[in-house]
Amino acid sequence: MSTKVIMPQMGESIFEGTVTKWLKNVGDYVNRDEPLFEISTDKVDSEIPSPAAGTLTEILVPEGTTVQINTVVAIIGAERAEAAAGAADLAAPQPERIPIEKPAVPFALGAATTIPSAREESETVPLAEVKIPPPAQRLEEPTPEEALPPQAEIRPKIAAAAPSNLRTSPLVRRIAREHNLDLSQIPGTGLEGRITKQDILNFIDQRRQAAATEVRVAAAAPEPEVHVEAAAQPSAGMEVPRGAPVSEAPKAEAIPPDLSRFVGEAETVPMTPMRKAIAEHMVTSKRTSAHVSTVFEIDMTAVVRAREQYKDVFEQREGVKLTYTPFFVKALVDAVREFPILNCSVSGENIVYKKSINVGIAVALETGLIVPVVRDAHLKSFTGLALAINDLAERARTKRLKPDEVQQGTITITNPGIYGSLFGTPIINQPQVAILGVGGIEKRPVVVDDAIAIRSMVYLSLTFDHRVIDGAVADQFMARLKTRLQSWTAADCGF
Amino acid sequence: MSPTTYLEAIRQGIWEEMERDQRVFVLGEDVGTYGGAFKVTAGMLERFGPDRVIDTPICESAIVGAAVGAAYMGLRPIAEMQFIDFISCAFDQIVNCAAKSRYRWGAGVPIVIRGPSGGGVHGGPFHSQNPEMYFMHVPGLKIVAPSTAYDAKGLIKAAIRDEDPVIYLEHKFLYRRIKENLPAADYTVPIGKAAMRRRGGDLTVLTYGAMVYVALDAANELLKEGIDLEVIDLRSLLPLDKQAILESVRRTNKVFVLHEDTRTGGIAGEIAAIINEEAFEYLAGPVLRVTAPDTPVPFSPPLEEFFLPKLSDVLSTARKLASY
Repeated sequence: MSTKVIMPQMGESIFEGTVTKWLKNVGDYVNRDEPLFEISTDKVDSEIPSPAAGTLTEILVPEGTTVQINTVVAIIGAERAEAAAGAADLAAPQPERIPIEKPAVPFALGAATTIPSAREESETVPLAEVKIPPPAQRLEEPTPEEALPPQAEIRPKIAAAAPSNLRTSPLVRRIAREHNLDLSQIPGTGLEGRITKQDILNFIDQRRQAAATEVRVAAAAPEPEVHVEAAAQPSAGMEVPRGAPVSEAPKAEAIPPDLSRFVGEAETVPMTPMRKAIAEHMVTSKRTSAHVSTVFEIDMTAVVRAREQYKDVFEQREGVKLTYTPFFVKALVDAVREFPILNCSVSGENIVYKKSINVGIAVALETGLIVPVVRDAHLKSFTGLALAINDLAERARTKRLKPDEVQQGTITITNPGIYGSLFGTPIINQPQVAILGVGGIEKRPVVVDDAIAIRSMVYLSLTFDHRVIDGAVADQFMARLKTRLQSWTAADCGF
Repeated sequence: MSPTTYLEAIRQGIWEEMERDQRVFVLGEDVGTYGGAFKVTAGMLERFGPDRVIDTPICESAIVGAAVGAAYMGLRPIAEMQFIDFISCAFDQIVNCAAKSRYRWGAGVPIVIRGPSGGGVHGGPFHSQNPEMYFMHVPGLKIVAPSTAYDAKGLIKAAIRDEDPVIYLEHKFLYRRIKENLPAADYTVPIGKAAMRRRGGDLTVLTYGAMVYVALDAANELLKEGIDLEVIDLRSLLPLDKQAILESVRRTNKVFVLHEDTRTGGIAGEIAAIINEEAFEYLAGPVLRVTAPDTPVPFSPPLEEFFLPKLSDVLSTARKLASY
């Protein structure tokens, strides 16, 4: 569309102007804001920039003629390739068109930027007389595409874009993005139907439970993605694939592979999201830390005795079974207090000592593993630890963990002995620096006071990151842990 | 330890520092013979003598100017503004001399400018203001506003020991209304660190000064409605404890700021900008403000009561934010 160029009003009391010189000829192309003609008025002479880009198709007021303000003095034709105009502007925003950057334009638009320093140049129009050209001057509004480019540049990249009629907070949008959720599927119970933090967390919970029942039915169904994050332990410094795209109702993707028959060609089965995450995490961990393992043999007699003595009372009082795990965790926490280097992480060239001891308890699941975290284990009593461990393990197996219960761990304990292994050499759970593996507790003949005795023994293996923990320190830590366990008393159980 | 009032805690803090460091001295209107308009410096003239407890003319710019000069010469003055409202008379000395000396020519200015601020005592417009924001804007200054007797003593000591000019805002409403048992041993409270007064899970209120107690009352009320309000006492306004603020926002996801200062240009705006810039993706609702309206502090008691943020204001904002 074409643009009418008009005689501007240069001051409040100015009502006419004289065209003194045309700077472009008919047929010339002119850019927006490029000087187009010169005028003279009672108060000031000025260069007038073009209000639009295009070809100067018509000059209606010749040089030397005086006209009233707002008289059309020229016509600028449409942009050469009009169809491409909008696209061109969007694709290549041209910041050099902004008048502020053109010092040669003392006209009102340019003068607007020099108003604050009115004292400096004598030729600057005095403030009282400058009038920003009223909107009426631009008879044709610039096309929407021309106005938009700067905004198009700064539009933030929102991965999970909510439909514009959905009302959600930044927090909810972030959670949705992290879990790859479609916000339009989530019911909102907040003000005016907003999706609240609780709404989206409930939705994730419910989906996980729905997935849990699906998993029980279909053996090869993919895991809901919260397990992906859990096994992946998203923490500082560790970029782990966050949740494979999962639709709202996860269902069995493929026919379960028949692994019992070793007949025929090889069978290719895609990894589940959990498996992918575990695989990625394991190799990355190996690449990141300098893994070294040390193995200690512990006489568990004192612990076994304490447990035998108190397990019934404990079960009666607390309603849960007393396993060996809380004993190991309590001893671990006490030893970590004396060796804080076991409870840190490495950040570039810094060692970040964590001030909470959050113990991750590795739990084996049917199709993988998950590591719920007992937060602030150092602040819990033995009973508190036992209850927390029990609760987390139970909910891990029934897939009712919350996302923040598998995060922020600072040290992990795992149990390779559960299926009979003497001891393992576990892989460190990044970004931690140590993991304690507990072997199987077995009665073995051992030498005590130069005689053979039968004792309940266990191998504890500590895999540690030799970037920050030296062998001597690791062994001192383990020696402390050993002493702790071997001198266990009833008081340590809180009895 | 017997219970110590907020005012007495300040007095003890100054006294102990004057015992500890001979360079520390006090100057201000009526601080010597009279013992201070509120008796904060009672007894000090007798103990430390007229060289260290100086009665000045009624000229705040001279008080601060002299303090800055004394600081240049190696002393550690505590300049009192009889009512903090009068600090505006010393504005140039503070922002152009005290705040910029270190930057300009390496001359640190370890002064403390202290005075009673805040309303609620029918003091009227010139005896009830909160002037922190005039100075918030000036690099080179520190500003603290304790709300407990413990913090009052710890922060005045920290301010006196600080190598930079510290504006110490005592809340006159709290002077004799709070009593706490204080430790006998020497202690300081670090400048730049907030204190969590009440841990909560649903919303956070950031506040300071006398408003801390309004916030705590609100928290008790809100708990009955099942809303768990976290109360953070900023204690230091400049520098702000950004880490504490952001950590709380990341946990509760909803935050509002409560201050007795007037709305426009009050610190709530600055805090909201920080939270917006650095924790936007953790917000489940807008950052709201509960403040005094943009008027001078009224003298008329019912008007002053209306002016000061009160429990009902805090409750309604908290409920609104909780329902987001």
